[in-house]
Amino acid sequence: MVQTVIEPTSAGDVSATRDLYIKAYRFMLLARVLDDKLASLYRAGKILGGVFLGRGQEALSVSIGVGLRERDIFAPLIRDMAGRLAFNESVLDAARTFLGSSLGPMRGRDGNIHRGRPKEGQLAMISHLGAMISVVNGGLFARRMRGIKGTVGVACCGDGSTSTGSFHEAMNQAAIEKLPLVMVVADNQYAYSTPTERQFACRSLVDRAVGYGIPGYEVDGTNLTACLNVVGEAIARARAGEGPQLVVANLLRLCGHGEHDDAQYIEPKLKASDLGRDCMKLAEAYLTQQSWADAATLSKWRAEAVQKVEEATAAAQREPGPDPFAENYWAALSTENLLEGNE
Amino acid sequence: MSITYLEAIREAQAKALRDDPRVFIYGQDVGAFGGAFKATKGLAKEFPGRVLDAPIAEDAMAGLAIGAALEGMRPILEMQFADFSTVAFNQIVNQAATMFWRTNISCPITVRLPCGGTAGGGPFHSQTMEAIYAHYPGLVVLTPATVEDAYSMLLEAVAIDDPVIFCEHKFLYYHLKADSLPTEALPVGKARIARVGRDLTLVTYSAMVHESLAAADELLSEGWEVEVVDLRSVKPLDTDTVIASVARTGRLLCVGEAWPWGGVTAEVITRVVCEGYDLLDAPPQRLNAKDTPVPYHPNLWSAHRPTARSIAAAARKVLQR
Repeated sequence: MVQTVIEPTSAGDVSATRDLYIKAYRFMLLARVLDDKLASLYRAGKILGGVFLGRGQEALSVSIGVGLRERDIFAPLIRDMAGRLAFNESVLDAARTFLGSSLGPMRGRDGNIHRGRPKEGQLAMISHLGAMISVVNGGLFARRMRGIKGTVGVACCGDGSTSTGSFHEAMNQAAIEKLPLVMVVADNQYAYSTPTERQFACRSLVDRAVGYGIPGYEVDGTNLTACLNVVGEAIARARAGEGPQLVVANLLRLCGHGEHDDAQYIEPKLKASDLGRDCMKLAEAYLTQQSWADAATLSKWRAEAVQKVEEATAAAQREPGPDPFAENYWAALSTENLLEGNE
Repeated sequence: MSITYLEAIREAQAKALRDDPRVFIYGQDVGAFGGAFKATKGLAKEFPGRVLDAPIAEDAMAGLAIGAALEGMRPILEMQFADFSTVAFNQIVNQAATMFWRTNISCPITVRLPCGGTAGGGPFHSQTMEAIYAHYPGLVVLTPATVEDAYSMLLEAVAIDDPVIFCEHKFLYYHLKADSLPTEALPVGKARIARVGRDLTLVTYSAMVHESLAAADELLSEGWEVEVVDLRSVKPLDTDTVIASVARTGRLLCVGEAWPWGGVTAEVITRVVCEGYDLLDAPPQRLNAKDTPVPYHPNLWSAHRPTARSIAAAARKVLQR
């Protein structure tokens, strides 16, 4: 009943394990390359508003994306490029939203990480991230009412969002309703500049699961194998009808809160600790050690990722921005006859 | 047969549940208990699995409704008191209200807010919230004043593809009665002339319609004929009907139970002055609750909100200019 994604028990499982690991790694790589490109474009003055990277959090993020299926629901956090791409987002959607193309899913109305396609299961986050969890609950609740089975929802947040009232309300709600929610908390040691000792006083955020009456798992967020296992198992348990699951990953953000932030506040000793290891480098070492990829293969994969990213960002930069006179940008209701004049 | 404002709200929800499988009701104590005011009495039994108790978590209640609406459902949320919706404010104004504009996907939720003062309610069970919700783009805000409107506008709220804040007034729940439920109604967005008159336009909504009608009776004995406009919905606001009335009377008084700063009465006066200044024979006036929390004691409470007597006094000032 409980399935683990990776933990080969027989020879036949090895190739499935390898294939999943490689698939996950390549989405991590694509996300890292895209994030790096967006950072460059930001520094070149080509992106207005914030740029928020997932550097250091790709192993955790991608484990969600590869664990989800079509029709599942995903409410990412701002560092989930890898998970978004592995779930169902296109590089072009991401590029268009950061670069303000009117052809992207948000059409210039909202930007950067505030993108999504709710009809395809990607929720478009508001900035108050804890508020997304109960929206995932609502989607799952509706599906149960309509007799749709076998889908799950994943909501993501950092250590900071766990302090909000909406986090608590939504976790308690999911537990009461026994919804197939997987809550993934990336404890990256800082909420913007605030360290965890000013954020919570429990031993680990995973201890909160006990209070909600749901299972909780703690995982090394720098280790792709561990993330695939733990997140995969949590998703499988939720999908099997075992109710909400909490996953808390320990890791370190390897960049500022956004690209405007030099993150001088991050303790050097944390950077030097196991938490500060780069999940990409660890994954590459593991691929090499397992003989699943050699240096030439790794650089070929990187070149392919770079090609995809360059094509998408070049295309998005050529596209028109929104024209305030071209469509009705000033209608906040879908019911036209209830709109007031915008004189 | 006679039906109260509260029963009309229950009947509208029963009809919505009966006619549309996408409808469900979620709120504190709405299930077997039937709601704090019994607005969902018997519905959990009649519609199993579709009238559900929520934990005391207004933020998560609203979030769940929004998520369900994105999946094609038509949730009705009952906030036990309008005052408690402040806990869900973020979900309503930042999540539901921005959804269509940001994503091009509509968010059809109906949020029922039992509003307004009753004697003894005190600061946290008496508030009227229409002004702050109307301030945000992306919301429809309804304020029914009659049994007929409570019924027809709630059904319309559920049918509207956008988030609707349905402000039902607790003071009207039990004592306001009608002979039967309506079979046809004015659409949302149209104001109603509740009483015809030629000397003063009195624009109001919700429970203040009835105080205003009583004031108009009093003023008639002094020879003044007051026209009372019931806005019905404060967003959208039917400026045309208001201005057409002011064109007939030349005088304007706006009355609301909400606090004075900003709000519906200020909005109505602004629109009339900006679009119909030349129609006015006297400076327009407004009357609101006092700018304090809503008091508990009946003596204080009845002096805090506008009443027929204070409305008549305010009207005389406009009429005698």
